[in-house]
This record gives sequence, C-alpha cells and structure tokens, in this order.
Amino acid sequence: MTTMQSNPPTGAADKKTPHDSETSAAHTRGERRHEPSIFEKSSPGARAVGLPELDIEPTAIPADLAAPAPRLPELGMLQVIRHYTHLSQRNFSIDGEFYPLGSCTMKFNPRINEWAATLPGFTGAHPLQDDRDIQGTLRIMYETRRMLEEIAGLHEASLQPAAGAHGEYTALKVIRAYFRSKGETQRTKVLAPANAHGTNPASCAMCGAEAITVKAPEGYTDLDDLKRIIEQEGPDTIMAFMITNPNTAGLFDGMIGEVADIIHDAGALLYLDGANMNAILGKTRPGDFGADAMHYNTHKTFSTPHGGGGPGAGPIVVRDFLAPFLPVPQVVQQKDGAFALDYNRPHSIGKVRSFFGQFGVLLRCWTYIRACGAEGLENVSELAVLSANYLAARLQNRYEMPFFNPEKGRYAAHEFVTVPETLLNKGVTLNDIAKRLIDYGIHPPTMHWPVRNCLMVEPTETESLRTLDEFVDAMLAIADQIESDPESLAKAPQHAVVDRVDIVGADRKPTPVFEG
Amino acid sequence: MDYTSITPEQRSRMLQAIGITSIDALFAAIPPQFRFSGPLNLPPGASELELQRQLGQVATENHGADTLACFMGGGAYDHFIPAFIDQMISRGEFLTAYTPYQAEASQGSLQAFFEFQTQIARLTGMDIANASLYEGASAAAEAVSLALNSTGKRRILVADTLHPDYLWVLRTHLSDLPVEMVMLKTGSEGRVNPADVEKAADNDTACVVVASPNVYGLLEDLEGCFGAARRKASEGARPLGIAVFNPIACALLKPPGLSGADVAVGEGQPLGVPLQFGGPYLGLFATRREHIRRMPGRLVGRSADASGRPAYCLILQTREQHIRGAKATSNICTNQGLLALRATMYMSAMGPEGLRNVAGQSWHKAHWLAGEISKLPGYGLKHDGPFFNEFVVTCPVPAANVIDAGREHNVLAGVDLSTDRMSKIGDENELLIAVTEKRSRADMDRLLDAMKQANAKR
Repeated sequence: MTTMQSNPPTGAADKKTPHDSETSAAHTRGERRHEPSIFEKSSPGARAVGLPELDIEPTAIPADLAAPAPRLPELGMLQVIRHYTHLSQRNFSIDGEFYPLGSCTMKFNPRINEWAATLPGFTGAHPLQDDRDIQGTLRIMYETRRMLEEIAGLHEASLQPAAGAHGEYTALKVIRAYFRSKGETQRTKVLAPANAHGTNPASCAMCGAEAITVKAPEGYTDLDDLKRIIEQEGPDTIMAFMITNPNTAGLFDGMIGEVADIIHDAGALLYLDGANMNAILGKTRPGDFGADAMHYNTHKTFSTPHGGGGPGAGPIVVRDFLAPFLPVPQVVQQKDGAFALDYNRPHSIGKVRSFFGQFGVLLRCWTYIRACGAEGLENVSELAVLSANYLAARLQNRYEMPFFNPEKGRYAAHEFVTVPETLLNKGVTLNDIAKRLIDYGIHPPTMHWPVRNCLMVEPTETESLRTLDEFVDAMLAIADQIESDPESLAKAPQHAVVDRVDIVGADRKPTPVFEG
Repeated sequence: MDYTSITPEQRSRMLQAIGITSIDALFAAIPPQFRFSGPLNLPPGASELELQRQLGQVATENHGADTLACFMGGGAYDHFIPAFIDQMISRGEFLTAYTPYQAEASQGSLQAFFEFQTQIARLTGMDIANASLYEGASAAAEAVSLALNSTGKRRILVADTLHPDYLWVLRTHLSDLPVEMVMLKTGSEGRVNPADVEKAADNDTACVVVASPNVYGLLEDLEGCFGAARRKASEGARPLGIAVFNPIACALLKPPGLSGADVAVGEGQPLGVPLQFGGPYLGLFATRREHIRRMPGRLVGRSADASGRPAYCLILQTREQHIRGAKATSNICTNQGLLALRATMYMSAMGPEGLRNVAGQSWHKAHWLAGEISKLPGYGLKHDGPFFNEFVVTCPVPAANVIDAGREHNVLAGVDLSTDRMSKIGDENELLIAVTEKRSRADMDRLLDAMKQANAKR
C-alpha cells in the first residue's frame, strides 16, 4: 500500500553553493538562496512599461498640490517577471504540495473557475453600470444566491460579505437589527463553545456584543453549561449561539437539535459557522437542524483559491424572518425575467462594503457548484469524510487522538485532531513535527487549535489515495525519528528555501517595511 | 465533475482500513431526523465543455469597459493593466497557496506582501502599511476603530463628501457601538471647510475622516481639516486625521503622509485590479509607526532564519483574532492576498515615472475634457475647486439621457449621481465623469458628440 515517491530526507541538508547569477536555476525548491528584495534590484532609469504620448494639451499642476515621484523600484520587464517567478518558486501551494490543513479545506482549485473569472465580459463590468448592461453578472449573482440557499436549507442569502469573518459580522448585525425591531435591544450576549473559531468572539466585539464561552470538554457543547449560562445571564439577554458543526474537534454534534431547542427556548437564535460545510453537503442542511443564519467560506467549501491569504467570500444565508434585515442591495429576478439590484429594503442593516460583494470569487463558486451538481457535492462530502477517517485510522496507533473513537461511534467528520503526547514527551515540540513535515513536501496541519499541542488534519476529497498514504508514511517516519533521535528535529526544516524563521525576533523588533 | 480521484476499488480498501463496510457509518452521528433525504435541487453537474459554452454565453450578456470607452468612476476606475499581471497571478504557486502562517513554506507570498507594504508606505508618505484589507470602505471603518481605541474618545467627524458607500459602511459599522458619528456638511462648494471642522470638533473627538479626492473628484484641504480638529482638542489624546486616498493620485499630488494624516486608507483597485463589478478589490491601510500594535489585519516583517539569511514572517499576530479573540484589533482573518500581489506587481512594473505618467495623463485628460465640456451649450462644471481626474457635470437634460446617448457612441458616459447606487447624492441632471490614461482623444470626442446629441434631442 505504501507508495513513497521519494526517499525521506535524512541527516544534514545537502547545502549547495549559492548561485549569484540572476538566471541560474538556483531557485527551485531545496536550493537555498536569499532572494533580494525588489528595492535592491532597482536600476534607476530602467522602464518596464510605456504609455502612448499624451494626445491633448496638458494642464499645469499647481505647485501647492504637486508632490515628487514616489520612491518605487525601477526595473525592466524581464527583471520584474523574473523577480515574481523566483518568489513563486519559494511558496508551497496546492498545485505543488499536500495541505492537510484542518478547518481550512485546501481542496483543488479547478482552472475552469479561473478561466471564467478572466472572461472580459465579466472583468470589464463597472459596478455602477445600468442593470441592462450587466445582465450576465447579475444572472450569475442571482443563481449563486439561489444555489447557496438550497444547500443551506435556508431562505435568503446575501452575497455582500467579503470573507467568512465578514459574514459572521454581517449576520450578527442582521440578528441584532431583528431583535431591535422587536424591541429586544437588551439581547447583547453571544455564546460560543470553547472550540469556536477566533473570529467568532472578535466578530461579536465588533458588533458591540459580549462573547461568552460555553464548555466543550469532549469536543461537544456541554448542554448543562449552556443551560447554566443562559440561566445565569438571563435568557432575555442572549442574542445568539454560534456553533461550528461539524465542529473543530472533527465531530458532528449529534445533540444539535437539543442545542437549537435550548437556544430557541431562550428566544435567541442559532448561528452556524459554515467553515466545515465540506463535510455535510447534501447529507444534512443547517436549516434542517435548526440554524437560523450561517455563512459559507467559498474558498473552503466551493474551491475558490486561497491566493496566499485571500480574496475569500463569505456569503450568508438566513431564515425568512431575518431576510428583511440583510444588506442592501439584493440581487433579484423581476417578473419579466430580467435581473436587477433591489434597494427597496427599508429594514436593511445597510452596507458592509462598497458595491456588492466579491463578484470574481462568487463567479468561481457558481462554476464549481454547477460542475459538481447535487450528486457531485454529496460525493465531495463522502470522500472528504472517508479520507479523514482513513488517515485517522492509519495514524491512531502512533498519534493519540482525543476525540476520534470508532468504538464509541465517534468517527471524524472531514478532519481530526491529534495530540501526540507520547512523541511530545520525547523532548520535541509540536513545531518540530510541523517543520519536519515541510521537509517531506507537506504543508503542516493546523496547530494548537482547538486544543493546545494538537495538530488538526483535513485532507479534503481531492487528494489521491497515493498522497494520503505518503502522508501516513511521512508521519510514521517522523515518529520513528523522534524515537531514535529527537534532537535532530530541532533543525527542521532542512530542505525548505529557508531554515527555521525567527518569529520571536521578528516581533521584538518589527520591520514591516524595507529600510534602505 | 467533482474533481475527486479515489476509485470505487480504493474506496472499499479505505473503508476496510477504517473497519467499516459502508460510508454511511461515517455519517451516523447526524440524527436521522436531520438527514437530508435529497437530492439537492440544483442543476445537474456539468462538464467543463458545457460550462465553457454557457459561461461564454453569459459573459456576452454584459456590455462593459472591455468593449466600451469607460468614463465611469465613483470608486472604481478603468486604468491600464499590463498583460504580464494576469499571467503571473495565474501561477499556481501564488494562486493556490495558503495564508502564510508557516513561514518556511511561504517565503514567496511573504516577501511579496512585505514589498507591497513598503510600496504603499512610500506611495502614501506614511511609515507603515499592512498587507491589505477587504476594500476601501471597510478599511475606513477599521481606521475609525483604530482611532476610537487609541484615543478612548467616542465621537467621530466624517465629511459628507466621502463616497456614499463609505458613509453607509461606517454607519453600519457604528450602529451597535456607543459612538456618535457627526457629519461635516458641505454646501455647493463640494469641499469641507476647515472652519466647520473647528466648530464641530471637541475634546471627545476621536478622529476626522476626509477623502481627497472626494466623491466629486475634488481635492480637499486635508491639512486644514486635520489641523483644525487638533487645535480644538485641548485635553487628552489629539484626534487622528484619517485620509481616504486614491493611490494613483499619490504619484502626482501631495500624498496623505505629507498632508498631516495619521491613518491613510483607500481603495487599491486602481493598482492593476480589473473592474469586475466591484470585487474582489483590496483595502489599503497605512499609518504612523506609533500605531503599529493597533493596526488591523495581516502584517509581514523581515526577520532571519536560523542560518542568519534574511527571511520573512507574519508579525505581531497577537493583535489578531486567532490569538486574541474578542480583544483583537479586528475580526479580519484574511488579507486580499492575490490583489495585493497584483498591486505590488503593478507598482513594480510601472515604477515611479510610469505611475506618475498614469496619474499625469489622467489629470491632463480630465482637465482637457472638463474644459471642452464647459464650452458645450447647456453643460457646465458643478464645482470650482481643484480636482484630480473626476468631476461633476451639470447637464441640460437628465444624466440618464446623456448615458443613453453615450451608449449609441460606444462610451460609458459617466455615473448618474441621482441613482440608488450612488445614494442619490446628486440631482438627476448631474453626471460624474472620470478620465484615466486609457481614454484617447477619439474616445473623448465621442463622449462630447454624445453630450451634444443628448442636448439636441431635448
């Protein structure tokens, strides 16, 4: 079953002589060479791009308004392109490496999505054009909206939020406006289990709400603690409960119905953080298990690229009674079949960003959902969950898993958590294990979250069995190395483009701009 | 096509390794009453060929700046984008990379963001910049949060000449917080009078927010406005000056850092990002060094690796939500990575002279066109103040008629200020016209013809 493609790196790194030549092949991974900043490559007077001559009479710029030219680098076009090509070669990426990154759903990014997003008809649409000239764009937005509503089992979506955290913030604003309309302004407390995403409490703070943590000792929300807190704080002060389900411990919380009942009995609403939707597509719908509002992360569930940190998109979907409060405008289809932006939403919370949303990202999302169809989406979730459980099953003898427990019927959702205590007791740190994985060409899993000293592993459905097996082999080889020579891990990574980076020193003397 | 590769035979082997016989066992935790009986009501899965056909067709239902000469601005500008940017940005190593938390696996993205930060700081004349926020309006809201937190004060002054979307986002942002948002009202001049700032400011003022160029394209007296607020606040922390800027204008006209701004925020779209119906764009955020620990969003710093080689990593992450939760400076969890990459590639390729040429040609063409329009019978400029590349025209007919006439001449004539999209900030005969370096004399002549025609049809 094992199909290791390349030998695992052992011993000292085979350091090669750094090349100084600008054109050498020294930039492929595994070679170690500092890439000078673009400012150091500047050659005053060099030009990469020209413009046509001015074809009208110029108008003088008053001296009191004028400024000198900015201090930007000057390079020829080839030098510019080579710089960014070199930088690209210093990155891990899904295209090149496996990213078993829990809660981040690093699945394949289909290129048809990118092709769609670069069609001139879409890239050339100005956001303030008349509806009649942007029917194509509005059609995509409308259909995206309707498909997201169907997958959620909820009534109406807003495409405006720019990312998942922005979606949380927007939905909390919507919920708060709903309660305000009912005269229940005292509902300002938002509960979330201990394993919630950090964005949850931060979003609460931005909405002037108070975040309160509910215990989740075995990964599941502690119902007694939930009831106790509601009683203690007063049911009529609770605005919402934010839950991720399946949760970050990698478990589907089967008590979700009870949780929903407790929250609804208090008069509050249930919010679903949709970060883990990839595990339940077509299997269950948030609206069916009691959620009143939720967000998606299109860059997780619907294959839009992470892009080194963005752009994402965080559309939200809500139950009918919350719909009047959604951001303005809403994309609608009129009786004559034409698409339009509807501003007549008097109860709306307003806008949370300029214009209408991350259209270019939503277009990729549309393309992905249309490619998969209902059957494909369900298969996505099945294989994502199968792959996670396969890895967990194969690794559990060497890597302890506090939540994964098939004997109790506790299978992983699409990710699992390991706290490798036995290995950590040999004198290595979690960071050592993570950095060593880089030497195997594998991006480290999510670390120290939702519990300390854990790795959270999510393979996604798009990896081959061969890659999954290679990951198991790498993890087992690292475990062996820890048993035999724990000190050697402190030097990892040894085959990355840099050695371990000093992040403590970087914080001590922050240098966010090039000085020179 | 769902992009999976595990075969039925492999599926069986995997189930066996787990010790189960059916995949249903893995979903048993979902209570039966919540199991979706399905299937989802979605169109059937489509092949790539079908999607290419369909998308190609849908794209032709749009008629935008790709085929028409675009004189529309209002927060999104049709600037020239060098071809290499689309090509470089498509490299999978950039496109499909993750957030650079693992520095050793992300040096490429980290270095690019570091260079972006440096370029934005230099362009704006500020000390430091972050690796970008969602877009301009939410960046302005984040700047206000920084001001509220750093001064401990509860009142903000905001020019009514900000783009209406910015005002809307600010109102939404502040709606559940104990903060008073005071509007600085401007009259027919279309610019903030520093004397009004002085009147409105007090000891509880956290910041003054002014855009230059503002929504009408006019250049504001930032120094006057920020200075007036500071003079008035005699106790406690001085109010911060928050400038909303246009990055292209910074290459030609006095940038916010030379105009007394403490925080400079803006829409980064003009830096190599296509119009794409308003997003994704990128929010620019620059400030003075003293505010570094209160900054929202991702920040990259230069450090060294264990061998002493220069290396990059995320810095001051204790400001961020994944460490600090409710006490974070913001809930933001992404930057606009690919857009920041576009912007840094754009600035590197244009260079100081190229960017200055873009800004200069935009200035010259806008001023030439404004002059020609004011010679047309019935048409005039609404404001007298200095402007960069955008101005408001009062038309003898509704702006919508001019826009219709423009379509017949293959131009997008401008933005109608009386529509919902612009929060109806203008009368129905007011047209906002933006001119970039892309507009040729011939384009402008066509617009002038359209304007004449619209008037003749009256």
